[in-house]
Amino acid sequence: MTAATPRQSILPLELRGVSLSRGGRALLNDVSATLQANGRTLVMGPNGAGKSLLMRLCHGLIAPTTGEVVWAAERRHAQAMVFQSPVLLRRSALSNVEFALHAAGVRDPERRERAAAALQQAGIAHLAQRQARVLSGGEKQKLALARAWAIRPEVLFLDEPTAHLDPSATYAIEQLIRSIDDSGTKIIMSTHDLSQAHRLADEVLFLNQGRLAERAEARAFFEQPQTRAAQAFVNGELYWE
Amino acid sequence: MNDLTSAFATAIDLIIALDAELLAIIALSLRVSLTAAVLAGLIGLPLGALIALSAFPGRGAVIAVLNALMGLPPVVVGLLVYLLLSRAGPLGELGILFTPSAMVIAQTVLVAPIVAALTRQTIADLHTEYDEQLRSLQLRRWESLVTLLWEGRFSLVTALLAGFGRAIAEVGAVMIVGGNINHVTRVMTTTIALETSKGNLSLALGLGFILIALVIVINAAALGVQHIAQRAQG
Repeated sequence: MTAATPRQSILPLELRGVSLSRGGRALLNDVSATLQANGRTLVMGPNGAGKSLLMRLCHGLIAPTTGEVVWAAERRHAQAMVFQSPVLLRRSALSNVEFALHAAGVRDPERRERAAAALQQAGIAHLAQRQARVLSGGEKQKLALARAWAIRPEVLFLDEPTAHLDPSATYAIEQLIRSIDDSGTKIIMSTHDLSQAHRLADEVLFLNQGRLAERAEARAFFEQPQTRAAQAFVNGELYWE
Repeated sequence: MNDLTSAFATAIDLIIALDAELLAIIALSLRVSLTAAVLAGLIGLPLGALIALSAFPGRGAVIAVLNALMGLPPVVVGLLVYLLLSRAGPLGELGILFTPSAMVIAQTVLVAPIVAALTRQTIADLHTEYDEQLRSLQLRRWESLVTLLWEGRFSLVTALLAGFGRAIAEVGAVMIVGGNINHVTRVMTTTIALETSKGNLSLALGLGFILIALVIVINAAALGVQHIAQRAQG
């Protein structure tokens, strides 16, 4: 039996002068950055800064108007995304995870084993046979994370995954994100929640009005933000340019 | 009022008597219309979903035409199918004019646009909700199409029921391509038309009541199953 060929790393991810316009309005403007494999990257910024758009661009859900999103290798099934409001299929929790694995080309019996393991890791194994769409908000988000994690992505995009959750569900999701990070998956997450960013960020990309206003190691960003917009954001002040 | 009472009594009498001829007519009606509804589903479900998920020049016009075809006049469809299947027609060699097969074809032509149009709307609505997630899972186009059809299964049952309702209630097309031949192509609606033309209004109305009752029972059964499944699956 021959060993499976190890997948070539898709990182670093390079954003080369990425811009996005809709209806003549610039939503993202000349964003350039290189994201490495190490550390959790948090994309921060006020509402409307372009965080979710940037995540979708990186994940390939939308194409930039100008510029390039360049991965180091073929990215098919090497990345996954969890949305602010998870979209779950009308089937059981276990089947939802199995569906994602099926789409990624994983066959039974491995598919069923990996789906069950992902639910176990997410702490929702007891919900395996429950219909996904009747789960609570926190359970749905855990399931969405389990579904994304099951395919063992090298990069996982999280678009404000706790935006609609209460503090206890938020805590549980953050614990899960740490576990996924510990398993070697690169986390790229958007949030406008400062305390959450304090807890999770290794580095911060700060967007303001569609521009990458600042990029820094997390502690430096929170202690000494360099731009006026970032200072106002960190201090919870109103700020207009 | 007397006519209605008499017709209702006739309907009850027909049901109680379990008349063999009536049962044969009901069986043929159901066989033809259910077969047409299934065939229309096989055509209309994927076609509607494909139109919902595709972007091409003239898509708006195609949707407008598809929606308009929901109102196809049965007699026109009957005439077109008649011309296709008649001896001199391009499909004349099949020799199926004035057979239940011809009736199935005519009803399928009538029903397929209804199923396709309703499917397109259902899948378009679902697509808005699921699109990013399915693309995030990197599904191929046909995989997304199948997934959305499955996700929309409860709504699509209604589309199929609407199609079946249209098929079993129409008379013009099956009259033209079936010929209303006794024991061969006579169905509920053509029998009603025949009895009406003979002035046998009470019997015609009684048959009408039975037809309506049949449609209600089939719809109720399908919606009951749909409701139970939907509750079980959230």
